[in-house]
Amino acid sequence: MTDAMMTGLLILLLVNAVLVVCARSLLAACLIFMVQSLIMVLIWILLRAPDLAVTEAAVGSGISSLLFFLALKRIRALGGGKEGGDHAK
Amino acid sequence: MRNDLDQDLRASLEEPVPSASPLDQAHLLQHRSAVLREENDLSRMEPDALRRLRILYRVLSVLVACGIVGTLLWGVADLPAFGGGANPTENEVMDRYLSEGMREGGATNLVANMILDYRAFDTLGESHVLFTAACAVLLLLSREPERGDLSRSVPEADAPADPVLVFTARVLCPALLLFGLYVVLNGHLGPGGGFSGGTVMGAALILYRCAFGRRRASAFLSLRGCRTLTGAALAFYALSKAWSFFTGANHLPSGIGPGTPGAILSAGLILPLNIAVGCVVCCTMYGFFALFEESGILPEGDGSSGRSRPEPGSSRFRKGGAEA
Amino acid sequence: MNLSMLWENRPQAAAVILFGIGLATLLLNQNLIRKIIGFSFMDSAVFLFLASEGYIAGRAAPIQNPASPLPASAFVNPIPAGLVLTGIVVSVSVTALMLALTVRLWQRYHTLNLDEIIRLARREEE
Repeated sequence: MTDAMMTGLLILLLVNAVLVVCARSLLAACLIFMVQSLIMVLIWILLRAPDLAVTEAAVGSGISSLLFFLALKRIRALGGGKEGGDHAK
Repeated sequence: MRNDLDQDLRASLEEPVPSASPLDQAHLLQHRSAVLREENDLSRMEPDALRRLRILYRVLSVLVACGIVGTLLWGVADLPAFGGGANPTENEVMDRYLSEGMREGGATNLVANMILDYRAFDTLGESHVLFTAACAVLLLLSREPERGDLSRSVPEADAPADPVLVFTARVLCPALLLFGLYVVLNGHLGPGGGFSGGTVMGAALILYRCAFGRRRASAFLSLRGCRTLTGAALAFYALSKAWSFFTGANHLPSGIGPGTPGAILSAGLILPLNIAVGCVVCCTMYGFFALFEESGILPEGDGSSGRSRPEPGSSRFRKGGAEA
Repeated sequence: MNLSMLWENRPQAAAVILFGIGLATLLLNQNLIRKIIGFSFMDSAVFLFLASEGYIAGRAAPIQNPASPLPASAFVNPIPAGLVLTGIVVSVSVTALMLALTVRLWQRYHTLNLDEIIRLARREEE
């Protein structure tokens, strides 16, 4: 059971990585990249490392992807950049 | 200190264009587009050589990647079986950490025991890596005038946030903060500790800042406060660990015993060190977010997302534009 | 190459393949953000490899019971977990640093394409 779950998660991990690489827009790539960390969280739990699961959940899918989104917002790759510059004026 | 560095950086970056009036900007724009045109002409002139080089680069990259993966897979096939327990890393060090850890360190979470007691010096280095990264991001992203033109770098009022976001933040922020605190304080008893709890708390602060604006968030924890707190936490970590090393590393009596394992006030220095690491991580994460957010405050170019159009809105013109 | 052994070690094999995907992304993409994503893939691949080396089937997570301590043979290896724990946090700070550099490059050159950044920078030097 655990073995099958592990195999499924690993396959999902690799498929997800390929999807990130193939994603057309940067925003889509970052969104799918977020899923990568969620899969890693499940893998950590299966590997009996709860400390890693908690950290990865907060860091990987929370802060890391948030930083990516902020950077995208800064470089105006998000939706025409309306929100990026307007509230500055 | 920071301002000096900042100004050096700015000066070095602005050297090529000492004065940037609108005329100059237009001139530079022309110059740049001319450059681009010329480059395009160049690449049109010898497309074959360039294309061949590109293809060669791609083929070589794929070959290198495949070669590395193949070699590593070859090695993986010779590793001991996954989960079999026959791994050479399962040796007496691990046995010692697992069987004696609770008696010597006092924490029931043996991972926390390892990273904050047996290998606490290593963790001190890691915390400093975080601090250094935060300083580097600060240097890179905070180039706006700090003394002179503050009014332009601070928006008049925060844009009204989405009501859904505000409501969600109102519900989630206290829960997240509390959970983060729990994870930090419970780090020696269960899964968690300074690193994970600190990130959860940082995420809670980031959510608060998103929903209620930077002014209210800064009243709670400003960037200056972040820096002070990080420095204090790192200093506390270094001093307490130095004291522990000085009075008796290797668990000669150091004055702070492991206590009763399982109690909240136990495990010697692990709980305070967890709190210190939590502070460092929380401040770093929140600081990253604040820096990324604040660095974009000054008005820039037209805001379109073109890929290859040099525009006069780039940062080197900012100071000149603000003065003009 | 022993293929059955490779299947037996599939977490490590998956980690190696993920590493390869990350490396290929890093090398083949000219976009800086995608390069950073590739770098993060390599990070998590290394973490996955390390942590799966420490796993021992049928054993519990290393949380000791204070009332009746269990012997060492009841737990998985805590050392890779400790290494990876700090590694994850350091990797996010490295990512933040690279993103900050990217933002600065965008502010200066208004492009994310590395080729064009190099071209513009070379032009500026002359």
